[in-house]
Amino acid sequence: MNRFDYIRPGTVAEAVSAAAVPGSAYLAAGTNLLDLMKIGVARPERLVDLNYLPGLDAIEALPDGGVRIGARVRNADLAQDPGFRRRFPAVAEALLSGASGQLRNMATVGGNLLQRTRCPYFQDTASACNRRAPGSGCDARGGENRLHAVLGWSEACIATHPSDFCVPLVALGAVVEIAGPAGPREVPLADFHLLPGATPERESVLAPGELVTALRLPAEAAGFAAHARYVKLRERTSYAFAVVSAAAALRIEDGRIAAARLALGGVAAKPWRAEAAEAALVGAAPDAAAFQQAAEIALAEARPSGDNAFKIELARRIARRALRLAAAGTPERLPALPASPFAPLSGGLHG
Amino acid sequence: MSLSVTLTINHVARRIELDDPRVTLLDLLRERLDLTGAKKGCDRGQCGACTILVDGRRVNACLALALSHDGAEILTIEGLAEGEALHPVQAAFIAHDAFQCGFCTPGQIMSAVGLIGEGEAGEDPERVREGMSGNLCRCGAYRGITEAVVEATRTMAATAQEKAA
Repeated sequence: MNRFDYIRPGTVAEAVSAAAVPGSAYLAAGTNLLDLMKIGVARPERLVDLNYLPGLDAIEALPDGGVRIGARVRNADLAQDPGFRRRFPAVAEALLSGASGQLRNMATVGGNLLQRTRCPYFQDTASACNRRAPGSGCDARGGENRLHAVLGWSEACIATHPSDFCVPLVALGAVVEIAGPAGPREVPLADFHLLPGATPERESVLAPGELVTALRLPAEAAGFAAHARYVKLRERTSYAFAVVSAAAALRIEDGRIAAARLALGGVAAKPWRAEAAEAALVGAAPDAAAFQQAAEIALAEARPSGDNAFKIELARRIARRALRLAAAGTPERLPALPASPFAPLSGGLHG
Repeated sequence: MSLSVTLTINHVARRIELDDPRVTLLDLLRERLDLTGAKKGCDRGQCGACTILVDGRRVNACLALALSHDGAEILTIEGLAEGEALHPVQAAFIAHDAFQCGFCTPGQIMSAVGLIGEGEAGEDPERVREGMSGNLCRCGAYRGITEAVVEATRTMAATAQEKAA
């Protein structure tokens, strides 16, 4: 790990001003950043420690029925908050399907948004990686790439965003609150992460020194609570990143879908909301044919970036499974294996 | 600023001067305080061998910067037993043969104590396995570990009930 200067601000304003110095990085839990520093992928000259900032660790019910989640709220605390998980069960399920009990006790909401790709070439400083070292090339192209992106990738980068949490959040219209040198602003989560294009090193819309202070979910997101699920296929049962995942949320009225939300994880450099598929579901009966059509639409633009053509069909199936589970209703208690496609499913093995 | 932290480690408050901001809680415990129960397996949060409790919550000590934890209460495997009396999780690990080489065991036990405190898994073996998935055991003692955690959950609940009565 490189040497760094350590700064401990006491307010958000002090943090933003400290981080305006080039070479600075914010430190929250550090579950991703310290790991990357140990392997030389991240080499900040200054760490601005957010762990002593007051006021960023609350889960607040908003007067309009929405919720604000402070950026320093820990994953485990959000997932176990009774009010939150009752109103946003797919978000809780996604959180509980991610990482391990230890990491969920540490990792924060803000850090989750900003976690870096798990592309092995990004993590190996001996490999070419345009995201880590702009202009150096991409060893994932033509390398081991069965887990890489099938949507929104570019010749410069085929990495995926690893977050589970962001998938239901983007489906439910979350908004990111940001503090920065130019004052506060907010950005829909759908617009927060950037696709790689020719500049994969630009991963989000954050300008230097800007700090995520909170996330908001709108009141209407809670309207899906009765029919909201997250499904995540992993290469082992637990404690692994998604090969492919999907968040599905439905509002069903009189046997018809009145509103639908669908987003995919593990397929692109950002959590991938499938709005055209959502639109196709509205007015349909919540049945296999409608879910099949929605899944086709959601993956219509997908194309393999290497040995990963299988992920396109897999993503269709996981999307269908998530929609089917959502239609069946949010369970009273999450299954023992949250988000697992191996959790018991009524009516057969395959969605 | 001065690089010092005050930590309560295994019930004893200590002020610790650091000469380098890069020190993790794991390196602080092992290299500077001679508390070598928490193990450095992967040093990347993937194996769980370094699991300790910070303010009652299980965490990976290898990914926790010491300077970020001023004022925290740390509990390691060395502080778990009360004198000669083993903690119920320790006793259950012995009763169920929940280890072979023992390298992962301090992390397994601290993770189990944290899991039981979280109260979500109860005595359901599948929820225990899921809750313990952040702790790897290369000897493959998982069956004994699951049985030990389930039994410790039961005995600790019974003890709590007796105390309440």
